Amino acid sequence: MSKRRPYVRSMDGWWKKNPFYVEYMIHESTALFVAAYAFTLLVGLVRLGQGEVAWNGWLEAMKSPLSLICHVVFLLAIMYHTYTWFKIMPITLPPIIVGGKKVGPEVITGSGLLAAVVASVFMLGLVWRIAQ
Amino acid sequence: MPDSQRIIEIEVLRYNPESDKEPHLEVYKVPFSDDMSVLQGAQYIKDHFDGSLTFRWSCRMAICGSCGMMINGIPKLSCETFLRDYFPNRIRIEAMANFPIEKDLVVDLSGFIEKLESIQPYIIPREPRSLDQGEYIQSPEQFNAYIQFTSCINCTLCYAACPQFGLNPDFIGPAAIALLHRYNMDSRDGAAAERMELVAAEEGVFNCSAVGYCSEVCPKHVDPANAVNINKTNAAKDYFLRFLSPKGGSK
Ligand code: SF4
Ligand code: FES
Repeated sequence: MSKRRPYVRSMDGWWKKNPFYVEYMIHESTALFVAAYAFTLLVGLVRLGQGEVAWNGWLEAMKSPLSLICHVVFLLAIMYHTYTWFKIMPITLPPIIVGGKKVGPEVITGSGLLAAVVASVFMLGLVWRIAQ
Repeated sequence: MPDSQRIIEIEVLRYNPESDKEPHLEVYKVPFSDDMSVLQGAQYIKDHFDGSLTFRWSCRMAICGSCGMMINGIPKLSCETFLRDYFPNRIRIEAMANFPIEKDLVVDLSGFIEKLESIQPYIIPREPRSLDQGEYIQSPEQFNAYIQFTSCINCTLCYAACPQFGLNPDFIGPAAIALLHRYNMDSRDGAAAERMELVAAEEGVFNCSAVGYCSEVCPKHVDPANAVNINKTNAAKDYFLRFLSPKGGSK
């Protein structure tokens, strides 16, 4: 009779066992904040469709201290998500060959982050002008 | 103090299927010198304290891929990891994570071997070719498209790093998909469509949630996470192309 009795270890709490996994979980969970912010904007759009009173109510709600705190939290979480998103971007892309050479991971991450900054500044400028 | 008198504590996860209900830790005090690897530490324990300590090794030079273990919780080749880098702290060695433990530091790799076979890891020529047609000609670009994925030594450290494999042992996993990708990317091969069935299957690439730790621990810079993620795109393309051309793609 076989003496084999392979022991299978439990996966409970696996993500706490390695700092890399903890970082992964934080990165994944910050996506929820992206969703929460998109939802906030969506509510605004619905309120806009419901007429001026509803829209002004939503605008007022956005100015409340709680809303401001939430937005700061959203901003920080989304910034972190953006950073880690571009950090893993190199592993998700097929090799990009420029001048016969494969583009390095730092270049991909760097360009992604740069694009995010440029897009954010552009949006900020645009909204600023509209608000004037 | 001469080198030989330095002593490091090595904590080993022991498991004897014949007598133990579950694994337990045991500590050994191992004298070591600067050039001693963790593998040599294990060998010292086997030679001097307990001959029943079981572990795999062969080449001692990071090429056979058999000496992988968790070293302080990180999947590493024990022959290229040095005791001096951990001293004076205690070092803990365990069987590679996510695999069933056979005995002590030896894990059951039969599932991995089956996966390697399942991806058809050989060139399946695009068209029949006779001897008098001569050798295949491959350009440096064509060669570069797959060479990185040939460096795998089947150490399975990437599996020990992959929580998705731990949660679902049926997942084909990083190294097997990297090898699959290696053959798909080879200009001599024509079986990518055949292999697509496995890529897109339930045990295929979509088990991966892009943790990316596999590529981090790979001692040969294969970047298996990249192979897995490129094949997610390929599988998605294949899925949509099937609506356009019913003959293309997998079933
Ligand atoms: S891909 Fe890297 S970590 Fe995985 S088995 Fe191959 S050499 Fe080892
Ligand atoms: S003993 Fe061969 S890789 Fe370590």
